[in-house]
Amino acid sequence: MTVTRQILAVQALELRKRFLGKRAIPVYLLALIPLVLFTGRLAAMRLFHEIQNGSIANDRVIYAVLFRTLILRFVVYFGCVAVFVPLFRGDILDRSLHYYFLVPLKRQTLTVAKYLSGLLAALVLFNGVTIATWTLTYLVYGPNVVVEQLASGHGLFELGGYVLVTSLACVGYGAVFLAAGVFFKNPIVPAVVILGWESINALLPPVLKKVSVVHYLDSLCPVSIPPDSGIAILADPASPWVAIPGILLLAAVLLYIAAWRANRLEILYGVE
Amino acid sequence: MILFENISKFYGEVLGVNRVTLTITPGITSLVGPNGSGKTTLMNLMTGLLRPTRGRITVTGTPVDHPEELCRKVGYCTQYDAFPPGLSGFQFVHATLKLHGLDAAECVERAHKAIARVGLTDAAHRRVAGYSKGMRQRIRLAQAIAHDPQVVVLDEPLNGLDPMARAETIALFKQLGEEGRYVVLSSHILHEVDLLSDRVILVHHGYIVAEGKIAGVRDEIEEHPMQVLVRCDRPSFVASRIFELDSAVEIKIHEDKGGLLVHTRDADKFYLLLNRLVMEHGLDLEAVAPADEDVSAVYKYLIEGDGHSS
Repeated sequence: MTVTRQILAVQALELRKRFLGKRAIPVYLLALIPLVLFTGRLAAMRLFHEIQNGSIANDRVIYAVLFRTLILRFVVYFGCVAVFVPLFRGDILDRSLHYYFLVPLKRQTLTVAKYLSGLLAALVLFNGVTIATWTLTYLVYGPNVVVEQLASGHGLFELGGYVLVTSLACVGYGAVFLAAGVFFKNPIVPAVVILGWESINALLPPVLKKVSVVHYLDSLCPVSIPPDSGIAILADPASPWVAIPGILLLAAVLLYIAAWRANRLEILYGVE
Repeated sequence: MILFENISKFYGEVLGVNRVTLTITPGITSLVGPNGSGKTTLMNLMTGLLRPTRGRITVTGTPVDHPEELCRKVGYCTQYDAFPPGLSGFQFVHATLKLHGLDAAECVERAHKAIARVGLTDAAHRRVAGYSKGMRQRIRLAQAIAHDPQVVVLDEPLNGLDPMARAETIALFKQLGEEGRYVVLSSHILHEVDLLSDRVILVHHGYIVAEGKIAGVRDEIEEHPMQVLVRCDRPSFVASRIFELDSAVEIKIHEDKGGLLVHTRDADKFYLLLNRLVMEHGLDLEAVAPADEDVSAVYKYLIEGDGHSS
């Protein structure tokens, strides 16, 4: 009971610190980018009567491409950097981490509590982006089409798939960047290195492809990209039975390592 | 007891503290030393914020690497002037109590009580960001004592306080000490340390150079003469008799011929002689006071004068 209260207290404090103040503005701006783009597209298509030239099947593919590139590899990736890295590193830079270290709370529990607070914020924000952009894509054809898509089950399955992928991205990248924040004084360097690795994933040999979060996320996307789309094709997709447990396992291992490191952290603000 | 057993702490190749063996008892203990001497390192070590490179520390029987147990016993008011953003003073103390796992009603009650103890009730619901330096110091103090710890560690707790707040805070420390708690504080304001401490620990370059009651520490510095101020009716006569003692070093007779300042290596012999002069020669003694038996003098002898360790 006490530990539960402590975890909730950490979450309340973190959510307030990170997501209700000025520091959250860059994350919100990042989330706003696809919303502005998709709203702009909707407005342009309505304004210029482009609806006749479009088709739902075509837009489904366009969304699949934009989801993989803009939302997954840009918004969610950098969003997770901005949300999860400061959970420890931000407190060190603010010289306020000692407040957590001076309460009767295991560092392992603190690590999990901080991760869960970041995850909660990331899930709400980025799934909100996914749902909103998906809706905006079909809203071009009118609200009835959106309702039909959802009611038919096909659209609901598709949207559910994207929400699942977004959630798993938050789980996986969240753990990666929380650990980076615990280990590195300047986590931007590992963030850029990981981004580079994730970006060249499609070009890597099959064995190396599997050492990546985005490979498993791409495998889980509900709509495949046709070979003639000009986008690198996922040659050897992982089965959901491998991809989902794989990402969850990766997150668990990284959290364990981050907690181990947090347990050894000392308050040395002067040298950070 | 708070026990330091052969503690060393190195920051890479830089010495924090070295071979510190200490026993801290209940009451007010002051750590005194210049900047970089190792005071904060000792405090961070005893609160678990740092890990010793060598040695073992226990706080009333609890090893410092057990935060779940240690942090229930210890409250630490650090010198880091940082707060979670956007919180009022009350929310700050309340949030800390929630992190301790206390239930909601108890958190509210304890937060109000701790804030009242540091005299910030009127400002409790204002944002900490708008507090003066002294108020921020006091709200950190409230946060440190709110969970009713047995050990209160305070790093430079009088910094930034106005005279009134300083007096109130010193009274609070004394009260905490009288309640049987361990109050460990560091300060550069030596005369205040002198007024409120039961014991002092002098730290220099990472070593403990002296520890104990202030007078006792002073007595241990045998190679350095002690100064005693005497106000009496026949200072020249007293001076001539004092020079008969082999421990007398220097005597200065006051310009008004109403007293003298004596430097002696053996205070006991000096006081015995003074008693004899009163009894046998009818010396009219107005006042006798040690002129340097305070932390400032001891600190000066031991540290600034590079005196030897006790």
